[in-house]
Amino acid sequence: MPQQSSQTILDVVTWIQRHLDAGLSYRFACRVGMCGSCAMMVNGIPRWTCRTHVNKVMRDNSLTIEPLRNLPLIKDLACDMSEFFEKWTDSKGYFQGSTTRHDPVSTLSPNSPQRRVADAATECINCAICYASCDVVNWNRDYLGPAALNRAWSLQNDERDSASAERLSVVAGDAGCHQCHSQQGCATYCPNELNPTASIAGLKRMVAKAYVRGELGAGGKGRQGPESDA
Amino acid sequence: MLEVRLYLAQRASAAIMAPLVLIHLGVMIYTIQGGVDAAEILERTRGSFFWGANYGLFVIAVSVHAAIGLRNILREWLSLRGIGLAIISWIFFAGLLMAGLRAVAAVVIA
Repeated sequence: MPQQSSQTILDVVTWIQRHLDAGLSYRFACRVGMCGSCAMMVNGIPRWTCRTHVNKVMRDNSLTIEPLRNLPLIKDLACDMSEFFEKWTDSKGYFQGSTTRHDPVSTLSPNSPQRRVADAATECINCAICYASCDVVNWNRDYLGPAALNRAWSLQNDERDSASAERLSVVAGDAGCHQCHSQQGCATYCPNELNPTASIAGLKRMVAKAYVRGELGAGGKGRQGPESDA
Repeated sequence: MLEVRLYLAQRASAAIMAPLVLIHLGVMIYTIQGGVDAAEILERTRGSFFWGANYGLFVIAVSVHAAIGLRNILREWLSLRGIGLAIISWIFFAGLLMAGLRAVAAVVIA
């Protein structure tokens, strides 16, 4: 294929579809590193293909482009993201407020330590690169994974959220934060330079404190493995 | 809840082991440097509450720590789950504990 300056991996995949194999399936949307939908394995490393220049990753004049690791394949380079998003829901990765539109708007200080921690984890765009890089996900298909746990950590530090106790019980389950080995693949490859490993370590500390204080509920209702009662 | 308990038990046992390992290394270096032979070592350890407690605690901490670690490996590498995983982990814990305490008893009990 013709080489061009600033050519991206997504350009390559698109060129292949348009000139060599019209049936090639892959996923993309924004092309500018905003949506997170074009992630693939490039030479064995998960990357946003729209933000990866060919000349920076080419090895011996060849490239290997594969679908994201740890996710079921639909076709060619398109993965089924269902389990990834279901785990976000399972880990209660959604904001749950306790006020209504009739209450005054919450006042938050952007400089409070808790808000800073929440903000540090909040820029995730669900691209699943961390999920593909995680060996624990590969070993334990029930593991909630770095993205879902990072989201849970962000919400746990949001003082407006009202589901903290419930969420903590879920992430303390046997598919939760204690499965993480702190290998930091997620932090290494996150294109947004987030650190899910640190977020998960924070959850472990938070869970331990809640357990010691007797504040931890009866365990996660989400993805519980069969050994949860062992 | 089980995962939280195991997590805390493994951290607590690691915290116990850390100073005991340093004591053990210090003793080893002292023993080699000083040229103490087996009989002289036994003379110091037999009937000693300190050495019995020191190594007894170490053996308990190692047994807890290693059994939890092995449980994680078995679960991830062999996909073991449920009662089988629990039984193997408990057997490993009991084996380490018995072997270790037997060794401690051999050098402490006169």
